[in-house]
Amino acid sequence: MPDFIAQWLNQNEIFTAMTIMQYWDGLVNTVQLVFLSLVIGLVFAVPLAILRTSKNPLVSGPVWLYTYLFRGTPLLIQLYIIYYGIAQIPGIQETFWWEIFREPFYPALLAFALNTCAYTTEIIRGAIVSTPAGEIEAAKAYGMNWWLRMRRIVLPSAARRAVQAYSNEVIFMLHSSAIASVVTIVDLTGAARNIYSRFYAPFDAFIFVALLYMALTFILVFAFRKLENHLLRHQRPVGS
Amino acid sequence: MKKLIVAASCALAMAAGTVQAKDWKEIRLAFDVPYEPFEYRDENGELTGFEVELAEAMCEELKAECEFVIQAWDGMIPGLLARKYDAIFSSMSITEERAERVLFSDPYYITPGGWFARDGFSADVTSKEEMEGKVIGVQRGTTMDTHATEEFGGIATIKRYTTAEDMVLDLEGQRLDVVFVDYPVGEQTILSQEGFKEVGKPVKLGQGVAVAMRKRDEDLANKVNAALKKLKNDGTYDAIMKKYFNYDIKI
Repeated sequence: MPDFIAQWLNQNEIFTAMTIMQYWDGLVNTVQLVFLSLVIGLVFAVPLAILRTSKNPLVSGPVWLYTYLFRGTPLLIQLYIIYYGIAQIPGIQETFWWEIFREPFYPALLAFALNTCAYTTEIIRGAIVSTPAGEIEAAKAYGMNWWLRMRRIVLPSAARRAVQAYSNEVIFMLHSSAIASVVTIVDLTGAARNIYSRFYAPFDAFIFVALLYMALTFILVFAFRKLENHLLRHQRPVGS
Repeated sequence: MKKLIVAASCALAMAAGTVQAKDWKEIRLAFDVPYEPFEYRDENGELTGFEVELAEAMCEELKAECEFVIQAWDGMIPGLLARKYDAIFSSMSITEERAERVLFSDPYYITPGGWFARDGFSADVTSKEEMEGKVIGVQRGTTMDTHATEEFGGIATIKRYTTAEDMVLDLEGQRLDVVFVDYPVGEQTILSQEGFKEVGKPVKLGQGVAVAMRKRDEDLANKVNAALKKLKNDGTYDAIMKKYFNYDIKI
């Protein structure tokens, strides 16, 4: 941060250069955590959603159980179980896993990724099963095999139907990430709580962080509108 | 009519005079029970504890009849202002916010912060060099948090917890090297388990705990201060303290 800005900020009572830097670090942590968990969640959700639509119950059953478990319990409980539960496994501290799970970041990332993956799987599954039968019949008539049909017809068509519901999931994930602060991660909410407890100023600390979350949400909403315009351009009236 | 008003105001003045001249032969003290070992009921249902005994000694010193009132913590200050009792003797820490509404006596005890770690821990908790790179757990917003941040901020990693339970779990799980916590809490939750120990000396932080009274009752505050001072000096205080604590909370 340039010196003149720091000096100017330090005239404030609460929002000094140090406080702003804490919020900045929190912002970096939040964005990292949410972005990584969404990417991981989406990558695994697509194949899982395809398995979930399988007619064989041995294939679709385990996926159903997974999404049911993770959609059926609060994210906070999942985070507690993963973060505190792992540390209770006897002998875990001596294995190399401890290098990863000692820090709160990876347990939180694991919990968030598993959670968003479960929701995303169900969103994509819903989009896949609602593919018009005519599209699939046409693909079969062209002699496309299963793989080609999936790649050319079902998934692109499902992506268009899923994108609106998925944009909601992304925003929910951003807001759910606020609970990362309970396992000592200094994310945006963690930074706000630290600043609140130092200055006993709940309004200043939390309204400022609320505005930051709103700004992040605005960016997401904007990006998804662009994506929707792109994916759904065939639905626009002719000539516009 | 005029005579009546004069008579009435005279009567009022006299009545006010008797209130003014209250000699504090009867004092009502409020406790929030149970808060072991400061105030709780023993097997026979009798009120006892460090603060109860100290209050009894103080009343004896003041030659006053003391009545003990049980009051839940959230209604403590409102009950005092509503004259349900005259003083709060229930582990109330001095803070600026409270001092705006009540009058505090001199502090009569302070619970220190204690350093606790697993048995293998060997660093000196007063040395900045030895604490470098260590992971310290504190409860967010406590005086221990402020102290650790001032001493080791930027040198060691400080993790802030909302509850003591979560912090103790992470000390057990080896995510923390050492915790700095209210001494009684650490004694009950950490030292009571195998494999943990206290490191360094307890550190007294903050302004301590004092008797809280209504702002107008300065005469009572003076008496309380004088009595507490006497008890602290003549050994009565130490005798009571040794019954309940094996560390020093005197201030």
